[in-house]
Amino acid sequence: MDLRLLPDAPTDPERAAVDGLLGSPGSSWEGAVARTSLDDRIAHGGSEARNRRHLLLPALHTLQDAVGWISKGGLNYICQRLTVPPADAYGVATFYHLLSTEAQARAMAYVCDDIACRGRGAEELVADLEAELGPAGEGVEATWERSPCLGRCEHAPAAYFRIAGDIPARESWSPVDSESLLAWLRRETTTLSQPDSAPQVDSGVEGLRLLRRVGTVSPGSLDSYREHGGYAALGWAAERGPEHVIAEVEASRLLGRGGAAFPAGVKWRSVAESPPGARYVICNADESEPGTFKDRVLMENDPFALVEAMTIAGLAVGAEQGYLYIRGEYPYAEETIGIAIDQARAAGLLGEIDMSGGFRFDIEIRRGAGAYICGEETALFNSIEGYRGEPRQKPPFPTQSGLFGKPTLVNNVETLFNVLDIVLEGGEAFAATGTESSTGPKLFCLSGDVATPGVYEFPFGATLEDVMEAAGGVTGELAAVLVGGAAGSFVGPDRIDIPLTFEGAREAGLSIGSGVVMPFNTETDFGDITRRIAAFFRDESCGQCVPCRVGTTRQEEALARLTNEAATGTELELIDDIALAMRDASICGLGHTASGAIQSAIGLGLLS
Amino acid sequence: MTVQVTVDGRPTKVPDGATILDVLRGQDIDTPTLCFSDNLTPVNTCRVCVVEVEGSRTLVPACSRVAEDGMVVSTATDRVRHSRRTVLEFLGSSVDLSVAPNVADWMDEYEADTNRFGPNVATVDQPVKVQDDLYIRDYAKCILCYKCVEACGVDAQNTFAIAVSGRGFEATISTEFDNRLPDSACVYCGNCIGVCPTGALMFKSEFTMRRQGTWDESAQTVTETICSFCGVGCSLELYVQNNEIVKVLSPLDHDVTSGHLCIKGRFGWEHIQG
Ligand SMILES: Cc1cc2nc3c(=O)[nH]c(=O)nc-3n(C[C@H](O)[C@H](O)[C@H](O)COP(=O)(O)O)c2cc1C
Ligand code: SF4
Ligand code: SF4
Ligand code: SF4
Ligand code: FES
Ligand code: FES
Repeated sequence: MDLRLLPDAPTDPERAAVDGLLGSPGSSWEGAVARTSLDDRIAHGGSEARNRRHLLLPALHTLQDAVGWISKGGLNYICQRLTVPPADAYGVATFYHLLSTEAQARAMAYVCDDIACRGRGAEELVADLEAELGPAGEGVEATWERSPCLGRCEHAPAAYFRIAGDIPARESWSPVDSESLLAWLRRETTTLSQPDSAPQVDSGVEGLRLLRRVGTVSPGSLDSYREHGGYAALGWAAERGPEHVIAEVEASRLLGRGGAAFPAGVKWRSVAESPPGARYVICNADESEPGTFKDRVLMENDPFALVEAMTIAGLAVGAEQGYLYIRGEYPYAEETIGIAIDQARAAGLLGEIDMSGGFRFDIEIRRGAGAYICGEETALFNSIEGYRGEPRQKPPFPTQSGLFGKPTLVNNVETLFNVLDIVLEGGEAFAATGTESSTGPKLFCLSGDVATPGVYEFPFGATLEDVMEAAGGVTGELAAVLVGGAAGSFVGPDRIDIPLTFEGAREAGLSIGSGVVMPFNTETDFGDITRRIAAFFRDESCGQCVPCRVGTTRQEEALARLTNEAATGTELELIDDIALAMRDASICGLGHTASGAIQSAIGLGLLS
Repeated sequence: MTVQVTVDGRPTKVPDGATILDVLRGQDIDTPTLCFSDNLTPVNTCRVCVVEVEGSRTLVPACSRVAEDGMVVSTATDRVRHSRRTVLEFLGSSVDLSVAPNVADWMDEYEADTNRFGPNVATVDQPVKVQDDLYIRDYAKCILCYKCVEACGVDAQNTFAIAVSGRGFEATISTEFDNRLPDSACVYCGNCIGVCPTGALMFKSEFTMRRQGTWDESAQTVTETICSFCGVGCSLELYVQNNEIVKVLSPLDHDVTSGHLCIKGRFGWEHIQG
């Protein structure tokens, strides 16, 4: 490849930031000598340089964190260091909402105005910020923007905010008030550095499993984790070996908790039995489905459990490298997991692991940059590899050809948490909890019009009503419950006896998805809520395929007419026609599910 | 090795590795395609070629999906017609398809009504980029099929001057920071023009003649010749109107070029004609 660079040079802070990540440049064509001529050409970068493409997103983060945006000179320097064409890198940078390719204020607040936060202070917060800092994106020292769900719906309203600099600060906080947020953005205070992490976690029945250490174990201490039984599962797994572990996961009949409900054992076996060679384990912690925050609560409060579970997965499928892909709006969870990884490595529980003959496994954290679609597993691969987070057409499936084209096991955070109990008590025993087709415990994310929002754990089998009761019941008179998040659907008050199992939901024409249960009372403006959902999908569509790129836009337009009394009489038919094409012809799950909530709201008469 | 597939009720044997589109072409079943090209890796983004495959929850793109033994494919069901029609309506309502070959016929065939979404809907309308004398970029005509990106990148040119930037409906084809093309890495091979299915990328000569109302395809002749600039032996198709070369392509199935050329073959006539 003939790499033609931009004439723009990086500033000193930009160069320092990139060098801080990538190390000092080794040879002149890698940037040791400043080159500024327009005709500057770099010889073939060689495979080693090309293989560093996966550092593109981390490098872009580094610039964004250090100087607050990605300038031409900064981007050019990254391209030179990594041998990536500037047009390509620009395409990647502009894909992510948390990266800016235009000069931006160093202090930036992303305010959630999504479905749990609107009506709970989000609009007031936006109004205050606008009054103080001017229109969205325009403040010089500090500015703000609206954001989709930030995964903190249990204490709405939520915000994610950051200040760029040599020591960048990133925080996510809820409930947030405008006075303290403004003080933080203006650097008058830093006292938000301890976010409100005390989660509301509970269970309708005796005996928490997934949540049992939350609030009791000290998240920053390996010793504390060990005192709570930590690393017993890895010990067992290392002693018995991969085949035993996989057999137990199969026997548990564990289904994935990330939304698609795929049998975990099938994936584990398939990756384990792939032809000799590199393979990867990825924990999907992108958690961006509106209304979902369970994975954050797990990671912030019990990080070692996830590290241990990923290590067991690595051992079982024979992977030496694991990646934890975490959404960029979870700075505290990222930091907590990072500390856990460091401690585990220092204790010989990552890296060269000296158990039963020894094996290798390590975990690298990859931070997302504001893109719901990167939770889709194949988009996630592209994101890690340094490409735009666009999903790939399946087949081939990740277990055959995933990250870097190698067999890859992708599991959700909650799915992996279950593995610890499966290993410790055996798959059969695990499967005794729950129902025949939905085994084990399940976390539900309760927010919206309930008395006590939070994460609730139930053995599979609880009904929608049980789950809402556990959260103190609905405040006001129930109009509808959104089950499964923006990608799910609304359910009327007459059907709250639906069991929230995979099969029960399927029979009712629903999907429990990521476990979102968001009740809305009769005071709700469903036109407003559904318009926000439509806007979410329009914003988050990667834009790759026509049915979703244009369909989500047309859906939003038709819904706006329908709910703003500008209806022409054709909207209902249009919405159905658009929905069918998106469901049938889109590449990925985003397009397939982009109209479910809207069609179900119409079906329940919530919009008339 | 062959596999057996059934298409619209008729069983047929095809070579291992054939795509559904290969099978459909072999059976003379007309299938619309926009993002597919024989000389590029399938990106399956336009979705106008979708077919129904038994056992698949969603429709599948014929252009990229490899035929499997026992596969049962239907091309004329209501679902297939609905998705093809709606995709054409989505494109027709958001993009200027006035000079895109074949599209009008498909619109008729699938009874697409591009006005049905209403008068004030979002489009990709924007000013034409005229930044040099060789070719123009009119992204109001761009369906984001990724072909130009592929032709500029690994599939042919290895220059990577352009990429998709932005996201969702706002996504566009762009140089870095939307820099002017002459300041970008572009080497003016014109391979992107050769693959663009909508006329969004167009020879300046054609663009100017269309503006002046003098572009007349019925008055054009096509002459095949071998490019004389170097010894590689690229095959050229010279489009001539009124004794003037108005554009240069290369046959997709040519074993030297696969449709791709360099600046000399593509634009050298500009200098010859003066
Ligand atoms: C648009 C979209 C977003 C997704 N986001 C997530 C996510 O944030 N976390 C997650 O675990 N799975 C997400 N998924 C599902 C993943 O593609 C994948 O099925 C899952 O991570 C597999 O893990 P599991 O089998 O343990 O559930 C998403 C899927 C789609 C289509
Ligand atoms: S369905 Fe939407 S998100 Fe998925 S690939 Fe297509 S455009 Fe991208
Ligand atoms: S003319 Fe050639 S180099 Fe320039 S953008 Fe098109 S394909 Fe790329
Ligand atoms: S400019 Fe042409 S080739 Fe490129 S994406 Fe648009 S329509 Fe396709
Ligand atoms: S954090 Fe606001 S809706 Fe989830
Ligand atoms: S031609 Fe098959 S998806 Fe575009």
